[in-house]
Amino acid sequence: MIESHLPAYIALTFVLFSLLIPAFGIWRNELSQPIAVLGSGIAAALSLYGFINYLSDGAIRYYFGGWEPPIGIEFVYDGLSGFFVMVINVVAFFVLIHSHHIGKREFPGKEMPYYTLAMLMMLGFNGMILTGDLFNLYVFLEISSLSGYALLSIGNKPAPYAAFRYLIIGTFGGTLYLLGVGFLYTVTGTLNIIDMSAMLPQLFDNNAVFVALILMIVGIGVKAALFPLHGWLPDAYTYASSSSTALIAPIGTKVAAYILFRIVLWLFGIEITDAIAPLSTIIGVLAAIGILYGSIMAIAQTELKRMLAYSSVSQIGYIIMGLSLANPWGFAGALLHVLNHAVMKACLFMVSGQLRLKEGHSDISRFDDSYRKKYPWTMAAFTISAISMVGLPPLAGFFSKWYLVLGTIDNSNWLFLAVILISSLLNAVYFFRILEKVYMKNPVSGQKEASDATRDEAPWSMIIPTSVFALGLIIIGFANAVIVSVLLGIYPL
Amino acid sequence: MVDFFIGHYAYWFTIILLCIGLYGILFKKNLVKKTIGLAIIQASVVLFFVSIASKTGDATVTVRDANLPVDQVANYLNPLPHTLMLTAIVVGVATLGVAFTLLIAIYNRYDTLDEKELIDKIQ
Repeated sequence: MIESHLPAYIALTFVLFSLLIPAFGIWRNELSQPIAVLGSGIAAALSLYGFINYLSDGAIRYYFGGWEPPIGIEFVYDGLSGFFVMVINVVAFFVLIHSHHIGKREFPGKEMPYYTLAMLMMLGFNGMILTGDLFNLYVFLEISSLSGYALLSIGNKPAPYAAFRYLIIGTFGGTLYLLGVGFLYTVTGTLNIIDMSAMLPQLFDNNAVFVALILMIVGIGVKAALFPLHGWLPDAYTYASSSSTALIAPIGTKVAAYILFRIVLWLFGIEITDAIAPLSTIIGVLAAIGILYGSIMAIAQTELKRMLAYSSVSQIGYIIMGLSLANPWGFAGALLHVLNHAVMKACLFMVSGQLRLKEGHSDISRFDDSYRKKYPWTMAAFTISAISMVGLPPLAGFFSKWYLVLGTIDNSNWLFLAVILISSLLNAVYFFRILEKVYMKNPVSGQKEASDATRDEAPWSMIIPTSVFALGLIIIGFANAVIVSVLLGIYPL
Repeated sequence: MVDFFIGHYAYWFTIILLCIGLYGILFKKNLVKKTIGLAIIQASVVLFFVSIASKTGDATVTVRDANLPVDQVANYLNPLPHTLMLTAIVVGVATLGVAFTLLIAIYNRYDTLDEKELIDKIQ
């Protein structure tokens, strides 16, 4: 009987553990991290089971308190939400395992509030994905955002300022989304997504619907760091604690991208989206500019975390571009890229956390040959993720780009095809310069020779998550045909 | 044209309020003033929701009027936007709380809340 209640259980797991962590954390602060790992592990197992269950039994609609929509609030566990929930919970589980030693170094003694906030943020993300109600989505958006601001403000000296800027921009985005919901409510009189999507075709070229759509896309675009609304991202990710970044960077922007998918393809449908102005093309062009801008800015950075943050701006562009193509190949490529990028970026940010733990910095210009000797496993994971980011077969990153390319060819959109190819080259530039330093560059004279460097690997709690992700990239690469056939089944049209 | 303005005065009011808040966020250098601008924007959206639910000459759901049959929904005010806004106000208060907490942390680290000075000190 667990299946019919599964959507609620996933969210409630995080509620329960966000209460358990303070309860145990007051008694023993060091218990906070294992409890958080346990909580996210249960949620990850439930969401994996839920997605397998979806494949055999179909979607679940869970009515809270037995009130049927449109009066009550429902959780919808269909292919899209099941897929996203699975990705974010599994990634969060491994990142929380990884955060054990970073927490001891970067926020000692504050583990209890930190992991409580992490659980609340995961509750917000899961709720945003699962809910079938537009206003409920706003509430979960703010839950995840507020805990996210607090998590990002833990870190270097400028971290609170970066988090404050994100707060101002992010709350403004959330408010615009709420205004859009208000417009839709005045026109349709409902807040339920499924109910509303049945009414919207009758309001095909209604101006209020059009304005609502723009407000919602801009509001969520801020959260997704869609170019040109990405300004908050590099600073916030760079200055925050390594484990906060590793937790938020792979997940946060993906969840916002999920909402864009839900709004554009499910709620409105591509015909209504493009009824008055070619909005999907505009989003696609912005995403294309974001891809190139993010890649070029990433090349200009000398600090690993900052480079990865700009790379995130670029990679979210692929996902949004796949959405704007609005054909099955583009859709499958975008969703596969959600999975790949979550795994790759989590792995890369965790590696930067490991380097900060062992070396005390992640400054690319100081990388050299000795790293290969000192951290063989860390660097192996980094290399696999970096090559996957560039998009070399048979690693996962190649296949998501491949399906996106198929999508652009399907639409005869040669501009986007060129952007994807050029940005792959740019990715190669900014990742291979690091690989070149790590594997080729001899240490600066005066320092000890590379051969003298002794093995000084990061702790196992950090090696295992990065290795699992690196291995995962290879497995996803080989299993791409299976995954894509599942993803094509989710496409709504 | 005049009718257009007068007939929609509640919306014009909302737009003006939203623009005032946006001005505060964009152009004020003091971070506390930016936060106030944010609060004004949130208030404008709350007022928008309340204004779309308002009607004159009708009853609220709690008042039963023999002249206004309950089964005619159009005779009653819609309570849903108001209840939604109760939640949105709570969210707004929580946002302000987090914002001021961050401002305290910024002030403790840099001894200033002026954006220009802050950026100078960070670089």
